[in-house]
Amino acid sequence: MPSIDPITRDLWQVIAATDEVPVGLVEITTLLDVRLALTRDNDGNPVVWRRTDEEQGDEIDPETVLDRLPVITGYGYIWTSLGTPPKELFPIPEYAEADRKNMSCGSIGLAVSAPRAVENFLDMGHFPYVHTDILGAEPHTEVKEYDVEVSEERDEVLATRCKFIQPRAAKSATEAMEVEYVYRVPHPFCSVLYKSCPEDENRRDVIAIFLQPMTEERCRAHLLQSMIDSTSTITDLRRFQQTIFGQDKPILENQYPKRLPLDPRAETPIRADKSAIAYRRWLSQKGITYGVIPMAS
Amino acid sequence: MTLSLSDPTWYPIASSDDLPFRHVYQGQLLGRELAVWRADDGNVNVWENRCLHRGVRLSIGINEGGELKCQYHGWRYANRSAGCTYIPAHPADAPARRIQNRTYPVREAYGLIWSAANDEQAFRPFAGAEGHDWFALRPMPVNAAPEDVLAALAGLAPDDQPADLLPGLAVRFGGTWYFVQPVDAGRAVIRGLLREQPADAVATLRHYNETLSKLRDRLERAAARKPAPEPLQPTFEKLSADLATMPDIAIPRGNTITVVVRRKWTSADGVIGFELAARNGHLPTFQPGAHIDLHLPNGMTRQYSITNGPGELMSYIIGVKQESASKGGSKVLVETVREGDLLSISEPRNNFPLRRDAVRTVLIAGGIGITPLLSMARFLDKSALPYELHYFTRAGEQVAFRGDLEALHGKVILHTGLPRAEIGTTIASALGQWSMAQHVYVCGPGPMLETVRDTATAQGWPEESIHFEYFRNDKVIDNSSAFDVELARSAMTLHVPSGKTIMEVMRDAGLTVPSSCEQGACGTCLTTVIEGEVDHQDVYLNRSEKASNTCMMTCVSRAKSARLVLDI
Ligand code: FES
Ligand SMILES: [Fe+2]
Repeated sequence: MPSIDPITRDLWQVIAATDEVPVGLVEITTLLDVRLALTRDNDGNPVVWRRTDEEQGDEIDPETVLDRLPVITGYGYIWTSLGTPPKELFPIPEYAEADRKNMSCGSIGLAVSAPRAVENFLDMGHFPYVHTDILGAEPHTEVKEYDVEVSEERDEVLATRCKFIQPRAAKSATEAMEVEYVYRVPHPFCSVLYKSCPEDENRRDVIAIFLQPMTEERCRAHLLQSMIDSTSTITDLRRFQQTIFGQDKPILENQYPKRLPLDPRAETPIRADKSAIAYRRWLSQKGITYGVIPMAS
Repeated sequence: MTLSLSDPTWYPIASSDDLPFRHVYQGQLLGRELAVWRADDGNVNVWENRCLHRGVRLSIGINEGGELKCQYHGWRYANRSAGCTYIPAHPADAPARRIQNRTYPVREAYGLIWSAANDEQAFRPFAGAEGHDWFALRPMPVNAAPEDVLAALAGLAPDDQPADLLPGLAVRFGGTWYFVQPVDAGRAVIRGLLREQPADAVATLRHYNETLSKLRDRLERAAARKPAPEPLQPTFEKLSADLATMPDIAIPRGNTITVVVRRKWTSADGVIGFELAARNGHLPTFQPGAHIDLHLPNGMTRQYSITNGPGELMSYIIGVKQESASKGGSKVLVETVREGDLLSISEPRNNFPLRRDAVRTVLIAGGIGITPLLSMARFLDKSALPYELHYFTRAGEQVAFRGDLEALHGKVILHTGLPRAEIGTTIASALGQWSMAQHVYVCGPGPMLETVRDTATAQGWPEESIHFEYFRNDKVIDNSSAFDVELARSAMTLHVPSGKTIMEVMRDAGLTVPSSCEQGACGTCLTTVIEGEVDHQDVYLNRSEKASNTCMMTCVSRAKSARLVLDI
């Protein structure tokens, strides 16, 4: 089994959408090469433990589970940790705004490392080619200059002033427009995107991706949308995000190597990849080795 | 025998039939994946199956005929060289850095595509290959070690026809040759050839298929009982250090290449065509709009645009104007250079990059100015992007590259012998009103350039949408500034007063400074800038190169800051 670096071990890691885990029934999943079982007790609180080989069956009395892993719920998801996690999850303040539609939009398995999937989420250059006629369309392929910084106080990568011409930027958009994005990477395997909202100039739709690193080369992408959208139904919005990730999946699974190479001489960066470069550097400096190919020292 | 990543043997990796028109085939050899594709000119490319940008398999890319386009971000790579020609995220930049994918040697023969892990060995036909009309069997993949597959194939030989083991995992008996393609330590593909076309191809294929399927089943059962061999572990080559950082733009310094004048012909009245071929292999990757410096026998250097289309790298074709009162440059070329002569040229440079992200592209050529625009039209043509090419000449006989123009599918409009006034109105209607993502490219005599620029501006075309190229610096040089230059390597600080160039001051101080045109057009005096802000006045560097503030032409450019530090 590959070793898990201490940083990764102590992080909160997403494992399931809260309302998808039925009370009293056991769900099985994999996190960082470890088999986990989870359920919810009678109060609805999640219970997570390491699944041993002897354990069987899909029903359990949660009271009998003694060796529990830490648990926290947030943004519609259950999070756990194999180490000593921080007190709280990273903040997404918008989530608490009363008039937003918050929803978890399902999960999709990807045969690629979690950091590769984060990088794809940060990347605008692929819109016209992979999300043709939805998030981009040829010939509008230009990625204009944008700003990237690593915020020290919040320990996150921040990309601002990201602009792209999109034929149908969101479910409620009907014609091509230039949309503006802000990307945050507040967690090595999670990213939050703010995008100008077609309905209200002053507010932003929030889309977040939480990646569950199952193994070094496999992950699950869990999606959150927090939208200001009065017309679309939840089903519409879910289907829209599912389409987008369904389009990314075959491309990501054809990416080699599957782990993200941190050596700058492994792949060719261009100016459009500024945020990805910052992300790789940030991972490197943190000492993350899970799901990446660390720089040879 | 154990397989080695560096085995130089040629193996078959595909059948010719695996490469239909505009297809990309995923091949494998010695643990490596390969992207195999045939360009429209028939050339077969065998490349590392990985885009240099973000590692996506190129075998899922799109074969555009002369270029291969990656699915993820649309990077394009040229036929033959595998050099990157276009990065859609930055459509206005000419990729200045040499981004080139790894290629493997290739040969198409006897109905098969052959390749090798490196080019240490020249391709040699197997014994007895010549003089037959070979028939290729269907390939049979087998999950077993290649050497076991070979041994089993040898075992198929009838008792009275002993198997003949050939070099390179091959075996023959009777009129049948079997080649084992070593995919990996535990995987192989059997590729068979028959010496003659069978009378009944379908029955023959079925017969062999049955025999080989049985063999495969037997081999795979045996392999399942053995421990699986350790797969080969190919590594990806590291990029060069200058590709690893984000582009601080590196200006390629003049490597020269020797070429042979393969063909010289009269393309039109007053235009001589030259085909310049590599002495072996192919020439470097170029982008549409690129030019080469041609070093003439009399010591002069002249710039000529490349007219080629995508992926055409076996030779560059240029057009040279035969001027009546021409002195120097073109006169030497036209009069003294003959077919078979050797000339030296620079690597292609591009100051006239073509954006491929326009909804409408207007190309306007006057006379010999057709050359870069012909190349652009060919690239747009291959990618099925919309364009209109307007070509102005004084008379019909002066239309150069007529056959090539006729082969284009886009809108090509010839305007011959128009009176001056009409040229203006024709240009005006060719341009029309501007709307978003429209671009015009113009090349031709000075007055025509002016007309296009003025007309376009008057019709609402913004400056960034009007593209043209200078081979001569017609700008008035402003040499009024005064500043200091520090020569870092020579440990000298010089004062440049107004009215004098940096080059003159350096020469006065006893330094030897190479130069040629001394008007900021040829690139000979290109110098690296270490510190200070440059006041660029040349026409050699392109926009992004100028913006990088890392180099300058000392013959015309000056300083905006009080001090410049140069790497001299
Ligand atoms: S991975 Fe091929 S273009 Fe980006
Ligand atoms: Fe995507």
